[in-house]
Amino acid sequence: MDINRREFLKITGASTIVGLLGGWKAVELLAPGELEAKYLPKTEALTAKRWAMVVDNKKMDEKTAKKCIEICHRIHNVPDIGDPKREIKWIWLEPFENAFPGQRQEHTAERLNGKPLIVLCNHCDNPPCVRVCPTKATWKREDGIVMMDQHRCIGCRFCMAACPFGSRSFNWGDPRPFIKKKNPEYPTREKGVVEKCDFCAERLAKGLIPACVEVSNGALVFGDLADPKSDVRKTLRTHYSIRRKPHLGTNPQVYYIV
Amino acid sequence: MPDKKKEVIDCLRDTGFFKPKKIYDAGKVIIGIIILLAIVLFPFFYNMGKAAKVPEPKIDTPVIQKLPEKERVCIEPKEYMRENHMRLLDDWRDQVVRFGNRDYKGYTKKYTISLQNTCLECHSNYDNFCDECHKYTGIKPYCWNCHIDKPKEWAEGKLKEEN
Repeated sequence: MDINRREFLKITGASTIVGLLGGWKAVELLAPGELEAKYLPKTEALTAKRWAMVVDNKKMDEKTAKKCIEICHRIHNVPDIGDPKREIKWIWLEPFENAFPGQRQEHTAERLNGKPLIVLCNHCDNPPCVRVCPTKATWKREDGIVMMDQHRCIGCRFCMAACPFGSRSFNWGDPRPFIKKKNPEYPTREKGVVEKCDFCAERLAKGLIPACVEVSNGALVFGDLADPKSDVRKTLRTHYSIRRKPHLGTNPQVYYIV
Repeated sequence: MPDKKKEVIDCLRDTGFFKPKKIYDAGKVIIGIIILLAIVLFPFFYNMGKAAKVPEPKIDTPVIQKLPEKERVCIEPKEYMRENHMRLLDDWRDQVVRFGNRDYKGYTKKYTISLQNTCLECHSNYDNFCDECHKYTGIKPYCWNCHIDKPKEWAEGKLKEEN
């Protein structure tokens, strides 16, 4: 095919114009759209790089622990079913030797031996529940919270099998008839979904610390582990702390001062 | 050409193509067909002249009544909400749960994203607002399996638990 200089220039010019138009469309397509502009996080929201909690068991007595459990289960509409096989729990009491298997010695301090310890979801940095979830109904947020999306949960319970801390509960039936103290501002769950503690994501979004921390009289400390000036870091700096089953490699982010 | 046509017709006649066919057990078959038609068409005759009531969602709730006339608007224009509220709620869900965005810029002001606390605050008449159209169109949204349709009554224990 013969092409002279004049024709070559014509074709080149035309293609440049077409290319520019296409390029401009691409810019328009990639620009932040309506959706991004309409949705914003609340300005008062608490944010962090890595949320974590310290349980100061020296300050925590059973009465305070019960208060923490009560407030959590009340504001999140957690049902009280009564049957241990069907129970739903976000935060609960576990005997020391069950929470820390292998840590019990013959002469463990009396305030620990057989005494209940408050436990909850550890919001692991390497969460096994997230790895096994087939629908991404549970995932690790940027701020470290292991979050649940009840809308996506199909109730396969892989996460429950994966969690070495028993932090997850399954709704074997409709939980509503078993909710004694009701919070009209929070949804319930339905039959066939798994639920657990989410570090009060809905409260953090409103600028409030988790409810259990609020009522714990300082026995629970909550904050940003990435911030050296935060309360959790200060507490961890000055106290010796342990974590539940660290050898499993899940890297739990709830620390215990025992 | 006509010869050819005749030939074909003859051929067909020979193979019995034009012979009237006999229905075996014609009486039973015809009765069966009539019964089938009667069953299939029954709903149409049964409901003839009984058009379902056209839904009239009510917006006369106390909260809306209290608003000055000018501010009686939804988060987006009425027409948009009518057509797209389900898509909007889907977006809301993802934005809140997955991305933590809990504020929504409506066309007049900013709203907290919450079906149970924001939508139902104004539209507190679930039966006469949501359900009115959903029943008419035969839709059963499963939002309400978890989100509480009548939060106030529920908290006061006035709702019958369905179980």
